[in-house]
Amino acid sequence: MSKTSPCERLVRSLLERLQSGDLSATRLTEECLSEIKANNEALNVFVSLQEESALRQAEAIDQRRARGESLGPLAGIPVAVKDNICQSGQKMTCSSRMLENFVSPYDAHVVEKLYAADAVIVGKTNLDEFAMGSSTENSYFGMTRNPWNPEYVPGGSSGGSASAVASNMAALALGSDTGGSIRQPASFCGLVGLKPTYGRVSRYGLVAFASSLDQIGPFSSDVYGAAAMMEAISGHDERDSTSLPYPPLDLTKDLDQPISGLKIGFIEELMEKSVDRDVVAGVRHAIDVYRQLGAEIVPISLKHAEYAVATYYIIAPSEASSNLSRFDGIHYGHRAKEFSSLTEMYSRSRGEGFGPEVKRRIMLGTYALSSGYYDAYYNKALKVRRLIRQDYDEAFQNVDVVLGPVTPSAAFKKGEHSKDPLTMYLSDLFTISANLTGLPAVSVPCGLNGQGMPLGFQLTGKALEESTVLRIARMFESQGDWKVNRF
Amino acid sequence: MSELTSAQIEHVARLARIEISNEEVAALRDSMGHILTYIERLNEVDTEGVEPMVHAIDLSNVFREDVVAPSLSRDAALSNAPSSDGRYFLVPAILDGDQ
Repeated sequence: MSKTSPCERLVRSLLERLQSGDLSATRLTEECLSEIKANNEALNVFVSLQEESALRQAEAIDQRRARGESLGPLAGIPVAVKDNICQSGQKMTCSSRMLENFVSPYDAHVVEKLYAADAVIVGKTNLDEFAMGSSTENSYFGMTRNPWNPEYVPGGSSGGSASAVASNMAALALGSDTGGSIRQPASFCGLVGLKPTYGRVSRYGLVAFASSLDQIGPFSSDVYGAAAMMEAISGHDERDSTSLPYPPLDLTKDLDQPISGLKIGFIEELMEKSVDRDVVAGVRHAIDVYRQLGAEIVPISLKHAEYAVATYYIIAPSEASSNLSRFDGIHYGHRAKEFSSLTEMYSRSRGEGFGPEVKRRIMLGTYALSSGYYDAYYNKALKVRRLIRQDYDEAFQNVDVVLGPVTPSAAFKKGEHSKDPLTMYLSDLFTISANLTGLPAVSVPCGLNGQGMPLGFQLTGKALEESTVLRIARMFESQGDWKVNRF
Repeated sequence: MSELTSAQIEHVARLARIEISNEEVAALRDSMGHILTYIERLNEVDTEGVEPMVHAIDLSNVFREDVVAPSLSRDAALSNAPSSDGRYFLVPAILDGDQ
């Protein structure tokens, strides 16, 4: 069993120790690999591992450091990568039978950036198939478990990445967030998880689920790690036409500077409706801490927020139905053995290769986009999407950030929601708006509930204001160890 | 309540090129009906005169210079193909098929 308690690897102190020579990259990588060896079988965190190359990379970093060479900002930090992100020469499965044997022929932009930062990649993490799900139970390779208690789900779809960092198998991880797939598992596992402003991080090499919503971002046990990883992966990339034309972010330098005259927007009505008592208590605690720090709490109203889930479950499946049409049994992926025509080859390959949730979403999207329904569903959803964004724009006239829950409940037990897809979808109520609007949002751990499972709160910021959002998150974090708070 | 028929589900599955079993038809009919009923609450929202929002950021017509740049080699591009002859992707004959 593990010798460590969850969420122990704080990136800020790891970087200091690596730089001072108190810890070598090789030693740190070995520690992570030994956690993996001890617990990966029980938690099912990784789809594939890269022990040998990780150790070689770590040794090379130590040698370069000994020679006094300049090193990247994440030099020697063990990192896990969600298995829907391409890494050249490595398998990339999307946790689907469809891509069970797929080997990436190139590196995603974020993987190039991790190499450039001298991070050490230890493996590729499990996810809900094609990132469709909120519990990592929809994986062809079996569910991932929550390191805080293996009877509970780690959240999803980036559940493997969250579980990797929470179980100390990696110090940082990359996830992707289309409707909450970074922030919800971060919250379920006691981590900081950031979904950047849409366009901040290149999607080149990320398998597309819903292209107008997908964004890659970091998982970390501390705000500093999330900021450092964001610095490393952000910046313009011409291979993604939606990549914003701005330089990489500078976040760590001012991270400890509190925001003076901070005004926090808080939505009372939505929270009272559909949130567990322990989550409400956690969020209220965060509000109290900010008030003590001198922040003004401003009641706001986001009147279309309650329509976010309905809007999302038209837009995301519609985009998915188009994106996943590339899996045709010809260029890559699963091809059925027996068929009597080209059409049957397509249909059977896709019928065999995709799991139930992926089929459901492709079908929903195909239905919503089909002749006669396009205006009633897809166009209507795009209009409501604008209204949701306008609500936020209005709120941000008066506040710096919006604070609320990440999820309606803490982590739920395995199997609890997997029977009814709609219940699972509704658990994304608070995270989806940031994807529809493109705004940056971070989930911050704030305590434990009666079952000992982590609770978190969410900060949503103005477009491009990752720096403000993370500094506000840091203000809370610097007030003490969140794990001692019980709700 | 949004009722979907089995025939509608089968039609959508054909459009999406996904072969599904009879059990899957029944399960999808129920779950998709359930989800579409929930989605219909969007009809409560007045969207008169609202411009559809396709994207979170307003970038349009992002062009690059029309010059040759490095791209995947043929070997790399074919490396994951279920069937290839080293030069082309191989597909079943289509001319005598049903389409």
